[in-house]
Amino acid sequence: MPTLFVNKERVDIAAAVPGDTPLLWILRDNLNLTGTKFGCGMALCGACTVYIDGQPTRSCVTPLSTLKPGVEITTIEGLSTKEGKAVQAAWEKLDVPQCGYCQSGQVMAAAALLAKKKRPSDADIDEAMAGNACRCATYVRIRAAIKEAAKALG
Amino acid sequence: MNPMRMRPITSPAVSRRVFLKSTAAAGAGLTLAIYVGEAAAQAAGPGLTPGSAAGIFAPNAFLRIGKDNTVTVIVKHLEMGQGVYTGLPTLVAEELDAAWSQVRVEGAPADAKVYNNLLWGPAQGTGGSTAMANSFEQYRQAGAAARAMLVAAAAATWKVPADAVVVKGGVVSHASGKKATFGELADAASKQAVPATVKLKDAKDFVFIGKSFPRTDSKAKSNGTARFTQDVKMPDMLTAVVLHPPRFGQKIAKVDSSAVSGVPGVRFVVEIPTGVAVVATTFWAAKKGRDALKIEWDETTGYRGSTDALVGEYRKLVTTSGKPARNDGDAAKAYDGAQRKLEGVYEFPYLAHAALEPMNCVVKLTRESCEVWNGEQFQTGDQFAIAKATGLKPEQIKLNMLFAGGSFGRRASSASDYVLEAVSIAVELVRSDKPGLPVKLVWTREDDMKAGFYRPLYVHGLKAGLDASGKIVGWQHRVAGQSILAGTAFESMMVKDGIDLTSVEGASTLPYDIPHLAVELHTTKADVPVLWWRSVGSTHTAYSTETFIDELATLAGKDPVAFRRDLLAKHPRFLAALDLAAQKANWTQPLAAGKPGEKRGRGVAVHESFGTVVAQVAEVTVDKDNKFKVDRVVCAVECGIAVNPDVIRAQMEGGIGFGLSAALYGKITLKDGVVEQSNFHDYPLLRINEMPVIEVHIVPSTAKPTGVGEPGVPVVAPAVANALAQATGKRLRVLPLALA
Repeated sequence: MPTLFVNKERVDIAAAVPGDTPLLWILRDNLNLTGTKFGCGMALCGACTVYIDGQPTRSCVTPLSTLKPGVEITTIEGLSTKEGKAVQAAWEKLDVPQCGYCQSGQVMAAAALLAKKKRPSDADIDEAMAGNACRCATYVRIRAAIKEAAKALG
Repeated sequence: MNPMRMRPITSPAVSRRVFLKSTAAAGAGLTLAIYVGEAAAQAAGPGLTPGSAAGIFAPNAFLRIGKDNTVTVIVKHLEMGQGVYTGLPTLVAEELDAAWSQVRVEGAPADAKVYNNLLWGPAQGTGGSTAMANSFEQYRQAGAAARAMLVAAAAATWKVPADAVVVKGGVVSHASGKKATFGELADAASKQAVPATVKLKDAKDFVFIGKSFPRTDSKAKSNGTARFTQDVKMPDMLTAVVLHPPRFGQKIAKVDSSAVSGVPGVRFVVEIPTGVAVVATTFWAAKKGRDALKIEWDETTGYRGSTDALVGEYRKLVTTSGKPARNDGDAAKAYDGAQRKLEGVYEFPYLAHAALEPMNCVVKLTRESCEVWNGEQFQTGDQFAIAKATGLKPEQIKLNMLFAGGSFGRRASSASDYVLEAVSIAVELVRSDKPGLPVKLVWTREDDMKAGFYRPLYVHGLKAGLDASGKIVGWQHRVAGQSILAGTAFESMMVKDGIDLTSVEGASTLPYDIPHLAVELHTTKADVPVLWWRSVGSTHTAYSTETFIDELATLAGKDPVAFRRDLLAKHPRFLAALDLAAQKANWTQPLAAGKPGEKRGRGVAVHESFGTVVAQVAEVTVDKDNKFKVDRVVCAVECGIAVNPDVIRAQMEGGIGFGLSAALYGKITLKDGVVEQSNFHDYPLLRINEMPVIEVHIVPSTAKPTGVGEPGVPVVAPAVANALAQATGKRLRVLPLALA
């Protein structure tokens, strides 16, 4: 019975849950955390981005069996870092989302970038965010909002 | 664990259509009259359905004011990113003089009598960039009627004349110092008579319209709480995954589901008209169940065509005359007599919509009712289709419109394809004595990519001739490709004399002043399902016409902007957009040079779609390996009154990115009938590192608003191609664009 910490809460996964179940579907179907989205199932779009021990990770290709016991998982519902809050505030201020389906993943990736780099350059943003596809192409505002959040964080 | 319940799979030919009348011919027999006209718009006014629940003031079907002082605007159109959950509430808030902070939004139920698209006649749905255009007066009237009733209530309560009552920022007041919120007046207002007519504000008095109030959905879409179809949960709900045939129209020969029974969580395996559905307690169980299915497909059925062959066939077709879509003067003769001539054949591939939320739909079906949850884009069509499939009456079908994680036309399926697929699974559950068991159909990305309903593949053939002075004397434009509308409810209205207007729009409406102009259409048949794709006909006609006109400008030795301007004297809106884009892009100044070894170019394009004119200037850099990057796009848009300028800017930015994605990468191919692409590795989407800098400028206007969801899309590809031609001298006639 693997034990995970999801958004700081202890979660015991029943032995009956197959080990090949991707973390994405554990979150969505078993834990009712639907903010993390299914887009491609192949780590190609980034809509399923969560943090595993603080590292942005594609949950759609992360089988349960590969998670170490006691691992810390953070989803959009549990994003509470100062970078996360600043990113969400900037996303609202600049009205970044259109359809919104990819934005949980974008916010997770952007907050992770700012946690690593206080003042990301355009090249840093390209590198950190190119794995997160937005079909509405809200990229102009994603870039601007990351810079806005960086400014707000000081 | 739940006990496994397996339905034996019987022969596909067995008739057991007791409950399910027919789902095979999706769309066929749908006799829904749809017309385009203003007549219905005149009929709709304030106070359509007066009446109020206790304590709630609901003067009409479009808003409700609660005792808690919230104003809930009932939006009849799907929010799929285009901002309609912000735009229509803006109209209500304007005439109501509400405060933006008290405005809430709710999606309308399916009821075409009340919530029809006024530009579509008696049908409810979202598309063709019509949401704002058809609602502009309706939602303002709704707000104005509510305001008049609040004023009347205040006047009666305070015993003052109505014209002495002031409403501002959600507060009703009188010079005597009396003051009330909407919530406080809700009860009294609900007892007032609904006004027969209302006076709308003059544009000079607008407080909301023309300002950029924030989107109502940004917060929920930034913190993961926005609810999409994919997120619907309800007790006992099951998830279904469907195995579709590898080829369109291919039938099942034999199903072996024996291995599926070993997959924990699988509850049902059912054969449906579109394949075999595995229904399980979770998505992963359903998918593993599907992986365990063994199906022999009937190799004598199904489409076996290939896109290479279609292109070859269509290239031949455009060398011959097609059906006339427009015929001014004698284009052939003028061309023959021209001094200088130009010809070009263009290829446009099938395109997938590839919304980031793969298609999905939740259905709860009983013998008496059907309730559906999805990003509902075509309520009336889906209601009719579900009614036909289940034997229920349209009014027994309740549709819940949720946020759509993108659509780009896909969720306004003229065949109701995935909705009917979900319903057909629910029908099997009813047959298995499980009425009312909710089921969520989930398509994987691969299902979504391969299941069709693409922007059709087209080939265009263009010819034009110049006289000695460089003026265009003759223009002949031939289009070959499938009809989007054939066999749909829209056919009777939008296919005229064998011309599907969506195949030629943008070409047959070419604005340039050319004395001899012919547009011809070859409507082809191929068993590949096709559908409108964000900006529809303009996705290809803008490209061929705007790159061809640019090439003619070069041939005539003229500046591309000046050449177009000379031909647009009768089209002030085109000129306004073109001039604004050229001016903001510093068109008359030379473009800054690139680094050593790089070539730079600048190109322009202008095009009208859905009543909105968009001009764009694109700047590109080509490196020594012939790889190119679009550096900047300057966009000007003429869309009438700009209700929310920031939403318009967002739609232009996103439209440019969406158009660029197709221009650089979009291509669905078929070989022996099998779609070759499956996911984003072989159908790539534009990424942030490829997104140009974008500037959007709005042409000031006092005309009624036109659409903005689509018109930004089709202009970028020709602008980029024209820039590449300027940089390299190469004219690209095959999409997606490649220099090498």
